[in-house]
Amino acid sequence: MHFEYRVQGGDFVRAGQASSQVKKILKQLNVASQIIKRIVVALYEGEVNIVAHAFQGKIYVDIETDKVRVVLDDVGPGIPDIEMAMRPGFSTASPIVREMGFGAGMGLPNIKENTDKMKISSVVGVGTRLEFVVNLKE
Amino acid sequence: MRVCPTEALRVSEGKAHLLENRCIDCGECYRVCPTHAITVEQDDFTQIFSYDHRIALIPSVLLGQFPEDASREQVAQALLNIGFTSIIEVEDSVEYLIVKLNEYLRNNPNKPVISSFCPAIVRLVQVKFPSLVDNIALVRPPLDLTALYIKNSLTAQGVPEDKIGIFYVTPCAAKIVAIRKPEGEEKSEITGIINMDFIYNRILHEVKHGIVPTEGARVISELSPRSHTWALTTGESAHIEGRCLAIDGIWNAIEFLEKVENEEVSGIDFIELRACDESCAGGILNPGNRFLAADAIRKNAGEVGLWNIDGISQKIKDYKERVGSQTGLQPLSPRSMLKLDEDMAHAMLKMKRVNRLMCYLPGIDCGVCGAPTCLSLAEDIVKGRGSVSQCVFLQKIMEQSKLDPSHSFRIMKKIWGVNRFRKDCDKPVSNK
Repeated sequence: MHFEYRVQGGDFVRAGQASSQVKKILKQLNVASQIIKRIVVALYEGEVNIVAHAFQGKIYVDIETDKVRVVLDDVGPGIPDIEMAMRPGFSTASPIVREMGFGAGMGLPNIKENTDKMKISSVVGVGTRLEFVVNLKE
Repeated sequence: MRVCPTEALRVSEGKAHLLENRCIDCGECYRVCPTHAITVEQDDFTQIFSYDHRIALIPSVLLGQFPEDASREQVAQALLNIGFTSIIEVEDSVEYLIVKLNEYLRNNPNKPVISSFCPAIVRLVQVKFPSLVDNIALVRPPLDLTALYIKNSLTAQGVPEDKIGIFYVTPCAAKIVAIRKPEGEEKSEITGIINMDFIYNRILHEVKHGIVPTEGARVISELSPRSHTWALTTGESAHIEGRCLAIDGIWNAIEFLEKVENEEVSGIDFIELRACDESCAGGILNPGNRFLAADAIRKNAGEVGLWNIDGISQKIKDYKERVGSQTGLQPLSPRSMLKLDEDMAHAMLKMKRVNRLMCYLPGIDCGVCGAPTCLSLAEDIVKGRGSVSQCVFLQKIMEQSKLDPSHSFRIMKKIWGVNRFRKDCDKPVSNK
């Protein structure tokens, strides 16, 4: 099954809406609660990344019986050094974003930890694509 | 129907029906029912006389129902007159519980810990937030601890267990269900439940006739100020170590649990959650006003005066000795209500059907079909307990081709009952 969500950059008020919706869908599909938790945590981090750094973005969620695949596409500044961005504690978040309690530099490492496959590609000045997969069966 | 936080109500044959596995016993429907058609099952009062030791377990909220004109002793005397042999407050175990809860928090990595105090909240987490079930504190609530303490104390004095009757005067429906069908324990220690209305009327009657308490008439428990206010909002959170939140009202609780489940909140150690606005002072079976009751309870707490430190530490010691090994609850299991099917492939097919139905349904959640929202009707249809023709909007469309108008009339009568279509100025209407 395929679902799409739109994310507006800078709108922290609505950050987390896509995650909440996906959570509800996965509950209805009787996915184990521990796996739902991992997917939702990763998705929420990704969603907040778009809100914090990009101008706008789209989230595509594909649910199959054995895995959930999520693609987060954004139009934004891009990531110049992905390796650096993956380091725990590293963040380019603006002081305003940090004041709001985001931008601790744990977003990407946290996504990696909660997913089975993760891939980032980015073009500076154009945007970033983050893809992750969580397996539903051992 | 629409006030139900778990969408457990459906109307058919002119009556509201409850989907039992969704109901969390919060009583929101009881509160708003215009005809008071929903009743709470209670036990027969005369059963108390089958026991030699007839203990009335009363919540501090009961004493809060009589703002100005009744003393503790008068209430105790009235209860003795009815036939009880001793009277004790539910909150007797609170000081011991505070010690135990703080111990539990120090040793538990699943933060935030969710209080197990409110049975409606425990059930809400089980059905709506199954991934948070492990966050519920596996510590028995004060009602159970106090009952257990009384029972163990009496049996230690040689009283046979079948001679002890412990009766609870309840301000809420959820606690009744918690006693009848407990979660996390084999069986409840409470023998029976006494109707709050019955007790309230009886006490008020005696007070109005100027009842004079005799020498022995007293509530045995001597509560500390914080035990008095335990059942009020912030009653728990104010005395638990770490960063604690207190949230009352079922919708507020749901909103916050959503955030906790998404891990949007961090650094919180303990959440006190209560289904009712103003916590137990707002319990659905309380006859009085919740704000006045809360105020009266705070006043009672204020009148305790100096803390009897020695008395409190002695009480904690006594509880430890009598109930120490029975303080914990057994692990709770989730009872998710949201799943469309056990099997994921089937659930996905059903979800596709629900989504397709949602393209046709109007999405205004009028409730005329007997389900609270268009989405819940769509889910009912897919689960085989509803039909497309229940929707008035779709009926109109179907009338253009295959549905006979008199048939759609019959469908509406089937949902709402014949009486709704009669000209009747005394029809029950919601006054909210």
